[in-house]
Amino acid sequence: MDKSQYKDVYVFAEQRDGAIQSVAYELVSKARVLADTLGEKVVAILAGSGIKKDAKSLIAYGADTVLAIDDANLKEYVTEQYTQAVYSVITKFNPSIVLFGATTIGRDLAPRLAARLGTGLTADCTKLEISEDTKELQMTRPAFGGNLMATIMCPNHRPQMSTVRPGVMPKADPDANRKGEVVDFKVDFDEAKFAVKLVKTVKEKKNTVDIASAKILVSGGRGVGCKEGFEKLQALATVIGGEVSSSRAMVDAGIMPHDRQVGQTGKTVRPAVYFALGISGAIQHLAGMEESETIIAVNKDKFAPIFSVADLGIVCDLNKVVPLLTERLKKEIK
Amino acid sequence: MKILVCIKQVPDTTEIKIDPVTKTLVRDGVPAIMNPDDKGGLEFALQLKDKFGAEVTVITMGLPQADLILREAFAMGADKAILLTDRKLGGADTLATSKALACAAKQLEWDLIIAGRQAIDGDTAQVGPEMAEHLGIPQISYVAGLEYDGKKKFTVKKENEDGYQILEFEGKALLTCLASAVKPRYMSVSGIVDAYDKEVEIWGADKLQVEDTQLGLKGSPTKVVKSFTKELKQPGEIHEVDAEEAVELIVAKLKEKHII
Repeated sequence: MDKSQYKDVYVFAEQRDGAIQSVAYELVSKARVLADTLGEKVVAILAGSGIKKDAKSLIAYGADTVLAIDDANLKEYVTEQYTQAVYSVITKFNPSIVLFGATTIGRDLAPRLAARLGTGLTADCTKLEISEDTKELQMTRPAFGGNLMATIMCPNHRPQMSTVRPGVMPKADPDANRKGEVVDFKVDFDEAKFAVKLVKTVKEKKNTVDIASAKILVSGGRGVGCKEGFEKLQALATVIGGEVSSSRAMVDAGIMPHDRQVGQTGKTVRPAVYFALGISGAIQHLAGMEESETIIAVNKDKFAPIFSVADLGIVCDLNKVVPLLTERLKKEIK
Repeated sequence: MKILVCIKQVPDTTEIKIDPVTKTLVRDGVPAIMNPDDKGGLEFALQLKDKFGAEVTVITMGLPQADLILREAFAMGADKAILLTDRKLGGADTLATSKALACAAKQLEWDLIIAGRQAIDGDTAQVGPEMAEHLGIPQISYVAGLEYDGKKKFTVKKENEDGYQILEFEGKALLTCLASAVKPRYMSVSGIVDAYDKEVEIWGADKLQVEDTQLGLKGSPTKVVKSFTKELKQPGEIHEVDAEEAVELIVAKLKEKHII
């Protein structure tokens, strides 16, 4: 294949109910850096129904062009409809790189597209760089439950595609004066292929706080032990204006819901302060939180691996520390 | 109804440790298990078998020792098992893996294909959707519930971050299932006894009727150029103190960082 025919960095800008998702801005910000290195453009693909009102915001984060595919077929995400839409963009413009969020949508859409295009796809990347010599995309991702990092390239196929977990790439500062254009893109759908019918979409109030966007996380592990223990963590979180999260052990035990789980199979977080309370720090957990700005760990076991990443490590019983700290902070913050 | 279930043998990644001196993965002694999401998928298939009568065939691509998870599937209630194993399949990325499995599926009769959402050693969630595309059938991923009307219509609950979707289809499809959605049955005692009397079919690449260039390392667009254990950041201060002092230290740190 003639690789010189492929250029520009494309981002699938995920929206839900018309709201552009944070991961789309994160990816556009990263795409800008990659495209500047290559001297190429950033194009955001915004697909949906009635989605154009916020299209310009993608320009503010770094897109040169927003391709808006506004079609009733795309009102809600269904695999085949979205695959046809993005496939027609890719085959028309031949991008060099295409990025997707590693969400339930991106992780469903991207592999379907990769197989249709016959190209490679690297999942859940935590780092994207352009190689100095070949100008190709180097995609780094965790493997073996976060125990190993692998750098992957796609040397002989185009586009180079990857999914990136939400919260991993920092967002740029938006610039409302950035120049760029929103262009309509029409897709001729092959409706005969729409074999799966969407009956309904149900939004569950999962008490969903997005822990990935919290500035302060009060996170508990095995050392917290039980629901009552987490109520104490909640009291601390309330005082300091944070959210409660947890390690996998507490989710597996049914004490905490999955959307509060930090780590390789949960969420990646990078808050200003991460309290690791009674968390030993399995490598899978560290993979999800070690980018936090400040990590404060409290654990009875002075050999707990969590101390290897903590800025402040306290060897003490968290059940004694947490209530005292909560009371003290009430006075400090008042 | 005939159901094809794709399963994979994986190292139990929760048991993997890093050698503190060499900083490499310690794989010795790590148990090899049936991937949890795949086991969930097998359970979905066996429930359809219980209710409607189905023939369940399990297939895995891997090393000869993956025979073990096929025996486990027999003991849970699978009817047939195929082990796809060949040096030519080695080093396959997700595209080449999905190609091999899709070509294998083309040699078989089935009404429905079930796989796990993702495997715990790679966590890619790609092989199922890619296989569905190669076969030209729809996929539904993140499946948390599955119902069949006994005639031709399937109703599927697909989970997402904000809740779930209910989807319907008739005809062939590929589903990727969540381990958290079902509790896989235990192997039955008689099942275990019989599992070793049953025949696992061994297939090589020649059975797939596809050019070797599409398989294994040769058929893989992605190449691993480097792998390394993660460098953890430098540890900060560690204090063994009582609770009162601990509070002082934490408050001081929060002030230093301008949090309070």
